[in-house]
Amino acid sequence: MSGWRFILFPLYGGLLLWGLLGGGGLPSETVNNFWAFSTQMAKILPCAFVLIGLFEVWVRKETVERHLGRGAGPLCYLWAVLLAATTVGGIYVALPVAHSLYRKGAKLGVIFTYVGASAICRIPMTVFEASFLGVKFTGVRFSVSLPLLILTSILLGRHLEGRGYRMPE
Amino acid sequence: MEYLWIFTALALTVSALADRKRTLRALKISLKKFLFILPAFLEMIFLVSLALAVVPPRLLLGLLGGKGKLLGMGIAAVVGSVTVMPGFIAFPLCGILLQRGVPYMVLSAFSTTLMMVGVLSYPVERRYFGPGVTVLRNLLAFLIALAVALITGLVFGEL
Repeated sequence: MSGWRFILFPLYGGLLLWGLLGGGGLPSETVNNFWAFSTQMAKILPCAFVLIGLFEVWVRKETVERHLGRGAGPLCYLWAVLLAATTVGGIYVALPVAHSLYRKGAKLGVIFTYVGASAICRIPMTVFEASFLGVKFTGVRFSVSLPLLILTSILLGRHLEGRGYRMPE
Repeated sequence: MEYLWIFTALALTVSALADRKRTLRALKISLKKFLFILPAFLEMIFLVSLALAVVPPRLLLGLLGGKGKLLGMGIAAVVGSVTVMPGFIAFPLCGILLQRGVPYMVLSAFSTTLMMVGVLSYPVERRYFGPGVTVLRNLLAFLIALAVALITGLVFGEL
C-alpha cells in the first residue's frame, strides 16, 4: 500500500494545486474542505501528541498493567469509557492513545472499548447531539451501544489474544 | 480548545522542571509518533475533502428522507459509514430532517454509523490495528449501530 502512495500522492497534490490555482468547482471545493479540516486538526493534534509523549515517559508500565491489563477487574472497562469521554478530537487522537496504552500493557478488550467509546460518548459531541435530537434519543443510543461495545470488545480481544495477535509496532 | 493548549503547556512545563532529559525524550517520541501517522492522516483528510466536495452534506442527507422506515434505515447506515462529517454540521442537519418528518430510527442509523464506522479512516486505522482487525472492528460497530437504530425505532414507537 505504501508503494501506492508514490502514485496517489502526486495525484492528490495535483488536484489540490489545480483547486488552488482557481480550478473552480470540484477542485476548489476540495481545497476549501482540505483547509478547513487541516486547520481543525492543527488545533488539536500538536497537543495530543505532546501529551502522548509525556504519557510514554512518565506513566509506569506496571500502573497501566494493574488498572487496564489482563489482571485488572471489570472496573477497567469503566476507566476506558471515562477516558474516551474526555478524549478530544475523535478517532484520530484515540488511535495513537490506544497504541500507547497497549504498549504499556493494557489488554485488547480495554483498547477496543476505549476506541469504540471515543466514537460513542465524547462529551462535547454528546451535548451537541442531545440539543438537536433530544436527551431521550441520546439516552437510547448510550444504553444500547455501550453494553454491546464492551461485550464485543471483550470477545474480540479474547479471540485475538487467543490467536496470538499483536498490534503492529 | 484554548484549555487544551494551556493544559499541554502546563504539563510540559512541569515535566521540564522535574526532568529535562526525560521531557526531551518525550518530545522526540511525540514527533516520531506524529511523523509515523502523518502520511495516512493527509491521505484521509484529502479523501474526506474530496468526498464532501463530490457529495455535499445537504444532498447526502436528502437521500435519507422519503423512504420506508427499514429501507431508509439501511440506506442511512451505509451513508453514515462511508461519510465523515463534523458533528457541528451533521447534528443540525439531522435536526432539520427530524422536523421534516424523517423517523428517529433513520437519523439514529445515520448519526451512529457516522460516529462509529469509518470507511474513510481506514488508511489511518490500518496502521494501528492492521487490515484484518480494522475491518472486523468496523463490522462489529456497524452491527451495533443497526441494533441502536432498531431499538430507537421501538422506543419512539416507529416499529
